[in-house]
Amino acid sequence: MAADRDSRRDWIARRAAMELRDGDVVNLGIGLPTTVAGFVPPGIRVVFQSENGVLGLGPRPAPGDEDADLIDAGGGYVTVVPGACFFDSAAAFNMIRGGHIDVAILGALQVDELGNLANYIIPGKRVPGIGGGMDVATGARRVIGVTELMASDGTCKLVPRCTLPLTAAGEVNLIITDYGVIEVTPEGLVVQELAPDVQPEDLTSRTAARLRFIRKL
Amino acid sequence: MSGQYAHIMTADEAVALIEPEQTVMIGGFVTVGSPHTLIDALVRRGTRPIRLIVTDNGFEDRGIGRLIVNRQVSQEFVSHIGLCPETGRQMAAGEMDVTLVPQGTLIEQIRASGAGLGGVLTPTGLGTAVEQGKPKIQVDGREYLLEKPLRADVALIRAYRADRQGNLVYRRVMRNFNPTMATAARLTIAEVDEVVEVGDLDPEHVETPFVYVDILVGCVIR
Repeated sequence: MAADRDSRRDWIARRAAMELRDGDVVNLGIGLPTTVAGFVPPGIRVVFQSENGVLGLGPRPAPGDEDADLIDAGGGYVTVVPGACFFDSAAAFNMIRGGHIDVAILGALQVDELGNLANYIIPGKRVPGIGGGMDVATGARRVIGVTELMASDGTCKLVPRCTLPLTAAGEVNLIITDYGVIEVTPEGLVVQELAPDVQPEDLTSRTAARLRFIRKL
Repeated sequence: MSGQYAHIMTADEAVALIEPEQTVMIGGFVTVGSPHTLIDALVRRGTRPIRLIVTDNGFEDRGIGRLIVNRQVSQEFVSHIGLCPETGRQMAAGEMDVTLVPQGTLIEQIRASGAGLGGVLTPTGLGTAVEQGKPKIQVDGREYLLEKPLRADVALIRAYRADRQGNLVYRRVMRNFNPTMATAARLTIAEVDEVVEVGDLDPEHVETPFVYVDILVGCVIR
């Protein structure tokens, strides 16, 4: 595993991008998930949706080319690709709740053995609010949680049961961390892949969540 | 307003129609599509306390957050407050009653009231703190939360262009909550870049029909 934080986060984003399939409609959360857009493999065409009313987000504009009426859900200036369209929030969330988003990639404060996701509040410390996260996690066909395994306070974010308030119950399908890729199955968490230079015990010694290693890793 | 021209007035005249204790919806998403000229006028007038229905508070020095910093807001339904830390401080101090609502639920609660519905059924929030105190209803074997309509006395919205009747067109992502909020208040005040004559907007492009719009105000603060 790379020593510096930026490289570890890049590995997570690159690995998450490998989960995308040609033609997918994708919603990216704020922060680390947003960087996934920069790692889409060549030959794969995906469409990025933003819940503030865009289908067909493009790259960040060059300095000086920003349009004051065109941002993504994280508040950053964006461009749109040919064929993009704009719509209001009611239509944006119809799309999200109605199952028309193929993949959502979301950050996590905690994620657990049942695929529960907590990512909107740390009671008493940080109250950013729910935003579109609950709807996206509930409505997207496939939900990928991306996060560094360890929080800045040294606690592990992969837990047997979330202790922070939930964003959505049982909606996460895949967890991608800087230690490896973990699938949420009806039988529990299954480690599908370890990050470079990570040994199984590096993971098992850090999380209290039960993990199975079904493949030769 | 049906069959008549919308009233055209200044931002100061328009916000003078908002009275203390009223509920005000304000459009915008991270300040894009917020009616900044109207917000500025409301901050200057200092009407308080008011109750807000907004999707986010913008920033402390830009957008809806200016009303929070100016201590004009006693109660709020909102989906995201992270960019306006003053909200968290007033919440923690018990000075403001904040209800956090999932954004897709908030827009549907507003839409429901404008559409004359008694609420909506949504799966969002099941198994989370959002479900507390709300009826759960089974439909065809799936469970949903009943979310009630949200109404306002006044909606302050932003559009790109209007005709004199109040038909509105938008530009890019300034839409967000604005078209829905226009339908859900007793009085809708729209801030626009330009007002054109009746017939000068292509009917194919009108997104907010004029029946929803009462007052037009020119945008001078972006």
